[in-house]
Amino acid sequence: MLTTIVDYESGNLHSAQKAFERMAAETGAGEVLVSARPEDVVRADRIVLPGDGAFPACARALRAQSGLFEALEEAVIGKGRPFFGICVGMQMLADLSHEYAPTPGFGWIGGEVDKIAPSDTSLKIPHMGWNDLVIDRPHPVLSGVQTGEHAYFVHSYQLHVREQSHLLAHCDYGGRITAIVGRENIIGTQFHPEKSQRAGLRMIANFLAWAP
Amino acid sequence: MLKTRIIPCLDVAEGRVVKGVNFVDLVDAGDPVESARAYDAAGADELCFLDIMATAENRSTMFDLATRTAEQCFMPLTIGGGVRSHEDVRDLLLAGADKVSFNSAAVADPNVVAEAADRFGSQCIVVAIDAKTVAPGKWEIFTHGGRRATGIDAVEFARTVVAKGAGEILLTSMDRDGTKRGFNLPLTRAIADAVDVPVIASGGVGTLDHLVEGVTEGHASAVLAASIFHFGTFTIGEAKEHMAKAGIPMRLT
Repeated sequence: MLTTIVDYESGNLHSAQKAFERMAAETGAGEVLVSARPEDVVRADRIVLPGDGAFPACARALRAQSGLFEALEEAVIGKGRPFFGICVGMQMLADLSHEYAPTPGFGWIGGEVDKIAPSDTSLKIPHMGWNDLVIDRPHPVLSGVQTGEHAYFVHSYQLHVREQSHLLAHCDYGGRITAIVGRENIIGTQFHPEKSQRAGLRMIANFLAWAP
Repeated sequence: MLKTRIIPCLDVAEGRVVKGVNFVDLVDAGDPVESARAYDAAGADELCFLDIMATAENRSTMFDLATRTAEQCFMPLTIGGGVRSHEDVRDLLLAGADKVSFNSAAVADPNVVAEAADRFGSQCIVVAIDAKTVAPGKWEIFTHGGRRATGIDAVEFARTVVAKGAGEILLTSMDRDGTKRGFNLPLTRAIADAVDVPVIASGGVGTLDHLVEGVTEGHASAVLAASIFHFGTFTIGEAKEHMAKAGIPMRLT
């Protein structure tokens, strides 16, 4: 079994790679490959899209790799391979982001990405640190992860889903912050599971065993 | 609710922890990776490695440390010391750091912050500010371990680097560092209230009440300490319990 972590030169791949490798080894989930080659995405059994930084820069970097988006679409939408988006990789699922300039996303999860606007204006932006999750919908990837467990967030924008059924978990930061979205074979976390110690590693292990 | 972070900081020279970490169950107290693992297990919210040599030779040992730490600790890691350009930031991020901290280079030219933030995003760019009180309610930036005055106002400088894209400020009070008399609270509050990004308070922690004050009076989003944890005066767990009892939201593990 092959899990491909998509490398489009965005942010810190190393941590995600190490966390997926560790959990793949522990659960016997096969090989983890970091690659930007469309053929490695098409042939993957599972796909992880990390992402750090600004949405337009990430979207640009991804589209700059010839055939990469088409390969993702073929694998995830065409073949229904399990997909895990992390941080900006999760926001990329949306129709549109308003970070800097309106930039289209994949449109796989309906909704838009907007700046966080806490009701308490003394709250700092970025939303940086450990926040406790409220699980809205049970999901195989969240098995063994309870409401009240903490995850590590670093972001200034968030994805507002159009369909409430696509919201799997949220947290509170002067209002609701989308923490986990999902539909069918697609899941995405705003936080960094690879930086979230126990709960994060659990989700990674669950993803590697997920058969949607 | 977002929790206040406790960040132990390890000073590293030639691949070794300076002063060592006094945990009873540590085989090699001078190994940064082993110390990092101990803090990970103890429930620290983030880790910080500071390269206090910042020489070219030492730089490669920092890359190696970042890589080995990221293989074993699944928690956020900030690395600082001798970071001069966005190329240095890239190298450290690729090695395994999650955030990279500028210090003197940002003082010399705040545009290095903008270049790095544009390329990698503000979320991974920290600016470490070392400030000293020069008059009541007036603080100045010092570089070179607090020896060299710059004439730059610390609050103004904090605003400048945040406007350039810094995602976090690591604020060290040079007149309190190493004294165990507590954070410089007026300085911490002045900077925390002047910028809309998180401020990490550093310098002077001797008691658990000092950690509390940094948040309640200094308005810091996170507190950094070294010796009280390294020497085993207090555990991370004790610090978190104490802060939680004082009404500060903490991640208790």
